[in-house]
Amino acid sequence: MQKRFTRMFLLNKRFIAYPIATGLLIAAMLLGISIGTVSVPVLTILKLIGTEVLHLPSLGKTDPMFTTIVMDIRLPRVILAGLVGASLAIAGAAFQGLLRNPLADPYVLGVSSGASVGAVLVLFFNLSIPFVGMFTLPVMSIAASILTIFLVLFFARQIERSMRVETIILTGIVFSSFLGSLLSLMIALTGEELRQIIGWLLGSVSMRGWEYIGIILPFFIIGAGILLFSTKELNAMSFGEERAQHIGVNVAKRKLWILIGGSILTGAAVAVSGTIGFVGLVIPHLTRLLWGPDHRHLLPLSILLGAAFLIVADLISRTIISPTELPIGVITSLIGAPVFAIILIRRRKESRG
Amino acid sequence: MLSVQSVTGGYPGHDVLDDISFDVERGELLGIVGPNGSGKTTIFKMVSGILKAKSGSILLKEKPIASYSAKQLARVLAVLPQHAEQAFPYTVKETVSLGRYAHQSGWFQSWSEHDEAVVQRTMAQTGIASFEDHYVNELSGGERQRVFLAQALAQEPEILLLDEPTNHLDLSYQKELLDLLKRWTREQGLTVISIFHDLNLAGLYCDRLLLLENGQINLHNKPNDVLNEERIQSVYRTKIEKHPHPTVPKPQMLLLPEKQAEDLSDLRITEKWLAHQNDMITLNAPFPLRTMSSGVVGSGTGWYRTFVNRHVDKTYNCTDHKGEMTSFLEAHGIDPTETVGMMTAVRLEDVAYRLIEDDDVSVFVVVTAGVGNAVDASKSREHVYEPLPGTINTWVFVNGTLTDEAFIQSIMTATEAKVKVMHDQQVKDAVTGTTATGTSTDSILIAATQRGEHQAYAGTITTLGKLISEGVYTCTTEALENYRLRLSK
Repeated sequence: MQKRFTRMFLLNKRFIAYPIATGLLIAAMLLGISIGTVSVPVLTILKLIGTEVLHLPSLGKTDPMFTTIVMDIRLPRVILAGLVGASLAIAGAAFQGLLRNPLADPYVLGVSSGASVGAVLVLFFNLSIPFVGMFTLPVMSIAASILTIFLVLFFARQIERSMRVETIILTGIVFSSFLGSLLSLMIALTGEELRQIIGWLLGSVSMRGWEYIGIILPFFIIGAGILLFSTKELNAMSFGEERAQHIGVNVAKRKLWILIGGSILTGAAVAVSGTIGFVGLVIPHLTRLLWGPDHRHLLPLSILLGAAFLIVADLISRTIISPTELPIGVITSLIGAPVFAIILIRRRKESRG
Repeated sequence: MLSVQSVTGGYPGHDVLDDISFDVERGELLGIVGPNGSGKTTIFKMVSGILKAKSGSILLKEKPIASYSAKQLARVLAVLPQHAEQAFPYTVKETVSLGRYAHQSGWFQSWSEHDEAVVQRTMAQTGIASFEDHYVNELSGGERQRVFLAQALAQEPEILLLDEPTNHLDLSYQKELLDLLKRWTREQGLTVISIFHDLNLAGLYCDRLLLLENGQINLHNKPNDVLNEERIQSVYRTKIEKHPHPTVPKPQMLLLPEKQAEDLSDLRITEKWLAHQNDMITLNAPFPLRTMSSGVVGSGTGWYRTFVNRHVDKTYNCTDHKGEMTSFLEAHGIDPTETVGMMTAVRLEDVAYRLIEDDDVSVFVVVTAGVGNAVDASKSREHVYEPLPGTINTWVFVNGTLTDEAFIQSIMTATEAKVKVMHDQQVKDAVTGTTATGTSTDSILIAATQRGEHQAYAGTITTLGKLISEGVYTCTTEALENYRLRLSK
């Protein structure tokens, strides 16, 4: 009886997880579009999405001002926030599984520092790559993040051919510190650019428009695709790499793919929005607490929750001391750090029994 | 099934294995033993494809192991790790289901009915089905071990590698697991290679043992050959003794704890410890003695500290004489598990005992004798079995250290001395009329303190043999004279 109940409960839990997460995401999107200096009624938003996005026959007249606010400003902003949140969350979930450490995230591997260095270089030297133009910054950022992960892996392999997770983490931390000091150096040498760089480093999804969505979307699809096809392997690898190899996973190859997928996602997210902390750490953790560690569900659910979380965080960042906007990274850290601390304390208490 | 051919290698810059070659047949249970750092785990890592050999080759089903993909290898070979990491709280069933990974293919890797059936079967085989929804990290060490065994079995492997499988298991599960593995090797042709720390378990269950020493094979052979006292002592660098298992024909290696200093060493078994009551003679030794005897309880070999020769009536007749003797001892406050107990219908006041000494060994002999049913062993066929009173019970306590040979020779020597008494005392076999050699219900006991001088042999003209012959001869003669004297009164 007991057993049957538990099983039913677990099934139910997983069955309702997707509707709940999707509902949260939709609610967050509607809120994000609706609230601002000018309030847009939810019904109007739905009508506008119906006509402008889905090209349904006109559902009635809407104020052209609303159309501009929703279509040119808020909708792209919400979508961008959602994509960044989703990218960071799924990358975090994958890195945590791969590194078997629920406290790890993309930043540990130095990937985001690499991406930041790439972006700041562009700002510092006022670089502009031919044919890429205004997208120089995102392209450099993604390139730098992928370059960083390969450098980290190269050095890890030099240290130890079998590339154990511990070695990779240590190498990542060393790279993080080194790249962080490079950033500090560039900031110290900067005059007027300082405010722009600091603002970018703290992270923001404002005033980016549809072009940025065009930048992040292909990388999001590629990165998330790679990770979503590695969920079983992630399950196996959370029992240790040797165990995964014994179960039949080609660990070396999969590990490389997962690292590349995670780096693409992190690099793209950093490129369009700067460094936004704690999303990749807190969201997978929360998802795991709610619905269990099975990566086949953890990854898709983290995408949904991560997107919803960052949309809400962005909403708070631009409304809380309106008309001034806070950097979104400040909000995620303000929410994320205490939540994270609570989770840690509860875990500790649980493990003590 | 598996062929390891002159493999050398290990970790970068540090070769652990040096020219290792061995073969494992299908259905064999091979045990790998050796001291820490001898290369047991390294062999496992190479065979399971984690480490590459620097030179030499490993063939699995006649194909080099390097030619297998990870998935192909996992369908043939499964590993039970000594400990698996537990980063996240998976349930038992989720954990076991992962074992099916190698059998699933295609982009969507769907879960088939066969997968489900295999998972259910392995969970049932390992006795974990009842907690399939529990979290693995909440289980006890032994339960967790069985979860990972189920996971390995879910791979449906032909070879199973086990790294100290009994490490976290209590006794009953150790036996259960190894019995199960043994049965699978017999019934399903599963090949099992297991690392063992416990030489005795390895010896009991394995068909062959591979003894490693400093990355080389010391010996690869049957357990009885590998578990050789001198060999194990030199490889493991510790004091060990080999003894046969009491019930199965397998060797057991026993650790010898360092002897603690004790002041009992000069204690000798003498008349001082003998007590003579109405219905029994007891000898309470101050410490357990190594004993070989044919008593009613405590017979065979063992360590005992109380020795009882009990008088029973001529008409004593009991179907369960062992049980009756045990309750008799208990009723007298004597622990039957520490006691060798004998019975005699002879009157105990006829007892004769004597301490006979040499320079560094001494023997204390106690004899009760009655010859009411004396038998000539050479004509015993002419006797019908009828338990008559009249028994010669001979106790020989040796203050010295005896080998097993010395124990057996002591029995021979004592018996020869007894026969000579029969001869010299003209004891006749009532049925045949010839000189008897003893009675039909004689018992003997040799008990040694196992302290002091070593006595390798006890033949009639060895130091010990001389003491025993003299002691048994004089005591038996005296006891018999007492017996006859009392009868003639």
